[in-house]
Amino acid sequence: MTVIEKIIRNHTQDDVKPGRIVWMDIDVRSARDFGGPNVAKNYEREYGSVPVEDSSKTFFTFDLCVPACSLKYADNQQICREFARKQNIKVFDVDAGIGSHVLIEQGLASSGSTVVGTDSHMNILGAVGSFGQGMGDVDIAFAFRAGKTWFEIPETIKVLLKGKFSWPVSAKDLTLYILKKLGTKKGALKAIEFYGESVKGLSLSGRITLCSMVTEMAGIVGFIPECGDLFRAEMKELSDREYIHFQPGEGASYADVVKIDISGLVPQVAAPFLPTNVHDVSELKDVKIDSGFIGCCTNGRTEDFRAAARVLKGRKVKKGVMLKVVPATRKVYKELLDGGILNDLFQSGAIISNAGCGGCAEGHIGLTGRGEVQISTGNRNFEGKQGKGKTYLASPVVVAASCIVGHIASPEDL
Amino acid sequence: MEKLILSGKIWVLLDREGKLIENIDTDQIYHNAFLHITDISKMGQYALGNLEGWKDFPQKANPGDIIITGRNFGAGSSRQQAVDCFISLNIGLIIAPSFGAIYFRNAVNCGFPVLRCPDVADLVECKKLKTQDEIRIDLKKGEGHNLTQNITFGFQPLSSVQYDIYIAGGLFSYAKGQKKG
Repeated sequence: MTVIEKIIRNHTQDDVKPGRIVWMDIDVRSARDFGGPNVAKNYEREYGSVPVEDSSKTFFTFDLCVPACSLKYADNQQICREFARKQNIKVFDVDAGIGSHVLIEQGLASSGSTVVGTDSHMNILGAVGSFGQGMGDVDIAFAFRAGKTWFEIPETIKVLLKGKFSWPVSAKDLTLYILKKLGTKKGALKAIEFYGESVKGLSLSGRITLCSMVTEMAGIVGFIPECGDLFRAEMKELSDREYIHFQPGEGASYADVVKIDISGLVPQVAAPFLPTNVHDVSELKDVKIDSGFIGCCTNGRTEDFRAAARVLKGRKVKKGVMLKVVPATRKVYKELLDGGILNDLFQSGAIISNAGCGGCAEGHIGLTGRGEVQISTGNRNFEGKQGKGKTYLASPVVVAASCIVGHIASPEDL
Repeated sequence: MEKLILSGKIWVLLDREGKLIENIDTDQIYHNAFLHITDISKMGQYALGNLEGWKDFPQKANPGDIIITGRNFGAGSSRQQAVDCFISLNIGLIIAPSFGAIYFRNAVNCGFPVLRCPDVADLVECKKLKTQDEIRIDLKKGEGHNLTQNITFGFQPLSSVQYDIYIAGGLFSYAKGQKKG
């Protein structure tokens, strides 16, 4: 069995085979401040004051408009809080940061678990061997009450990566390159397992980057079944338990095997308006930028900001360019404070915000205006997504270098 | 059962060059700026509001109309509103070669019919499906009929879960029925 088949097998009585629909137990059920109010509304309409199936497995995570910047969002968060109070549900409130990351940090999304939330990047949890899945507010309200949901078991494809990369190339460049090669067809509606020495050694942060963009590959979830000591140590530190990494069983069957050679990989940039529109950084050096963004569930970990600070330390963001920095969580924020990284970023001229989903949804900081060109560490550059401007997607160091010179650049160009 | 036969006029989502638009994401269907709205009746006015060339769709569409679109429709976010906005306009169903995984679930769960029809892009290319053609869909048989052009076409039949949830009128009603049974 493949990784996803094994996880689902542990959560269902039904026969597990790709294409089959099973009823699957859900270990963690969550909703955020977008979607959450409708989850509460659906729940109360359908179930009234009947308690949720298990309040210790049910959570709200506020991350999209934190703290609320307008009355409508403030109202919506309060609807969630009041529902949570009545139902004795824990709220990771406006201070906590990105819900999926908080679930990892809190050890709630553990290897082999099933997790749902109103976040299409919930499959980011594949980074820690958890089957995370974004769902809509009907699904989540149902899961709050039933503790389970239906799921069509996807086929799994294997992506074999040949070659290694090193600074200034990062997990983001690897991810964008895979996206370029896979497009939105090969991985569509499939689980993806990534193999190869370049991914085996990845840290938690790098794994999050790769797994987060499985959504942009149109995949269901991504897993990295091999891991090294670094990742094991990081996971042990988070949960204070021995980390058990989830691997496929012998004789696992794959719908497709895709080989990608990453030897000689250089920094990659996705041009508007598709995350798959990926180019070598050198092809886009004529593109002048107005703003940069470092953060988001894809690149909002301490390691990402440390890499950016390595480029920005002792340098200044170009006059007229604004660089926005948003840590994924409050924990990351503290690590940046303690490590002096925030100071380096501040001294370079960056604007530093509290933790959250900035740069993606209208709500937290980071919208672009008409004509504005932004380079972002985000995961989507769809037209109109982050405002009316154009968004290029890149790694933290490419965003940092670009903000110093005012056009798309690699740290090697400085 | 009446619910199993659907008919209506179609809107083929073409771009300026006349090509079927692929990868339409949930921000193009229902922009995140309106996610604070929780009343379905108010969502229809924003349907396709961020899709170039289709911003006037809510004014043009009539109840029962059918949308034909390119592959990976509803890519992107998990927002239910991207389905609800079409329910709000009383759109009859959506036909595409494929849908974003979450989008597909969301539609199934609220009993809104979404059909996977691998041939739809070819049919559009050969002008066998054109905006304002009247089509008739037999969900049970898995058969489509373009009444205007007198052409038939097939689509992937509904899975048993999708079928059952659709007949029940959504996931909540379906689950209630299961308990009683």
